[in-house]
Amino acid sequence: MAAAPKRPFRWHIVVFLAPAVLVYTAIMILPLAGTLQLALFRNINQSQLFVGLDNFRTLFGDPNWSVGFWNALRNNVWFFIIHMVVQNPIGVLLAALLSSPRLRFSAFYRTAIFVPTILSFVIVGFAWKLILSPLWGVAPNLMDLVGLKSLFTPWLGKEQYALTTLSLISVWQFVGIPMMLIYAALLSIPDEVIEAAECDGVTGMSQFWKIKLPLILPSIGIISILTFVGNFNAFDLIYTAQGALAGPNYSTDILGTFLYRAFFGFQLQVGDPNMGAAIATMMFLIILGGVCVYLFLVQTRLRRYQF
Amino acid sequence: MSTATSSLPRTIGAHAVLLTYTVIALFPVIIVIVNSFKSRAAIFGAPLAPPTPKTFDLIGYTTVIGQGDFIHYFQNSLVVTVASLFFVLLFGAMAAFALSEYRFRGNSLMGLYLALGIMIPIRLGTVAILQLMVASGLVNTLTALILVYTAQGLPLAVFILSEFMKQVSDDLKNAGRIDGLSEYTIFFRLVLPLVRPSMATVAVFTMIPIWNDLWFPLILAPSEETKTVTLGAQLFLGQFVTNWNAILAALSLAIMPVLILYVIFSRQLIRGITSGAVK
Repeated sequence: MAAAPKRPFRWHIVVFLAPAVLVYTAIMILPLAGTLQLALFRNINQSQLFVGLDNFRTLFGDPNWSVGFWNALRNNVWFFIIHMVVQNPIGVLLAALLSSPRLRFSAFYRTAIFVPTILSFVIVGFAWKLILSPLWGVAPNLMDLVGLKSLFTPWLGKEQYALTTLSLISVWQFVGIPMMLIYAALLSIPDEVIEAAECDGVTGMSQFWKIKLPLILPSIGIISILTFVGNFNAFDLIYTAQGALAGPNYSTDILGTFLYRAFFGFQLQVGDPNMGAAIATMMFLIILGGVCVYLFLVQTRLRRYQF
Repeated sequence: MSTATSSLPRTIGAHAVLLTYTVIALFPVIIVIVNSFKSRAAIFGAPLAPPTPKTFDLIGYTTVIGQGDFIHYFQNSLVVTVASLFFVLLFGAMAAFALSEYRFRGNSLMGLYLALGIMIPIRLGTVAILQLMVASGLVNTLTALILVYTAQGLPLAVFILSEFMKQVSDDLKNAGRIDGLSEYTIFFRLVLPLVRPSMATVAVFTMIPIWNDLWFPLILAPSEETKTVTLGAQLFLGQFVTNWNAILAALSLAIMPVLILYVIFSRQLIRGITSGAVK
């Protein structure tokens, strides 16, 4: 111990780390902690008073809040389910097709299918709103071509369809991400594994199900958790397509829009930062729960298959 | 490779599926752009037809450029995106270098701390961020947006860049040390040029969400002076609900710069994703 020469303090490490850590801590971690803390206070006569879990009691006990909260949560779960059931299988299918050897134009397909992902929600929301609008008639005209015109209704305007329609629009926008990540995973499977499978007579579809799919499961796990975090934090698409009131009749209200109205206020509703913080805390707990499930259950189990 | 994996019907099937999906992906974008060049009557009369000399009309574009302050919004977006990108890349690379190069106490703990932000979205802290910005007088300034986006982009940047920096050869850096280069010179002169391709990947990943974000401009900087193009388009579209020419033209104007940038950088982006940058 004493024989070892004492190393001078390495200031450069501090210099390298300081800017990132400072900005990240000041703008991200402290406000996050501050929001969680704010959820325990209430503004009474212009001063913040500690009220413990009272805001949460209001959120769950007062029908003015709890009905809206459960509605938003239920819608959000449905939003997530549609993504998992539609977006990820389509992504896997497209990636599997793209990765087939000697496929021509695959760069073109990749580029084109990824286009919606780079567009902003404002563009996507409005473009689809116009296309589905009964006023314009693009959607009814198209359905007329295949003889399905009778099935057309203003999907975004009907309570029972609006949320599903919006979820599908979001799927349309983001299918490029699972496609790319799965595509990358499929490319990274060593050739020897595929050749060994072919020597054993496992080709085509059964090769995909038995060899490739188990190997890309970790990527599917990552995509699922990314989708989960993204969905429970979504706001922009609903806001641009249906406004902050998430109409018709709150049927497309998800946690993001609910938080926005609670915290910022809208029309008749007055903004309440403390209730907003309480809702943000609930979202934080939901997302944290999802991430923990992923880390402790999915990832530890899947790691066995990795090379 | 055996013929069984690439038989003709299978190839045709693959192309059919991919082509169908490409059409689904591009159709809404194309129909908006095509119709933005048509007169009002033609937009409603034959929405699927391309503009002909008879129906060609730029009235939408003249309305948008006359009414909206789009050039100004565009500048705001550009300033915010470029500045945030610069700070994310500089600070992110510095932190990634410290984490991947030096062994010190708390190294992995610091890595974990910085990685938290990948999974927990910064939006959840909005209530306190707004209070912070109000307290420091930064509401309705572009600085507020730049700070928030820098914090938002850092976790993923540090994570990806430190993966790449681990691959830079130790011999090179040690050769530099023997030649008497300072740690700063080693970082800026030796390591940064070598990780430039991964910096480009991080840049693209950081840039898209910043350019497209609606939440923070709406809450932190909604004033006329500081509106970004995304927020400006949102409000503009809300006002002109009945002027379809103007709406379609505004949408097209919002799509085209992103689309052009994407076509230029798509190779970089796709290479970045497929090289396993995001694990």
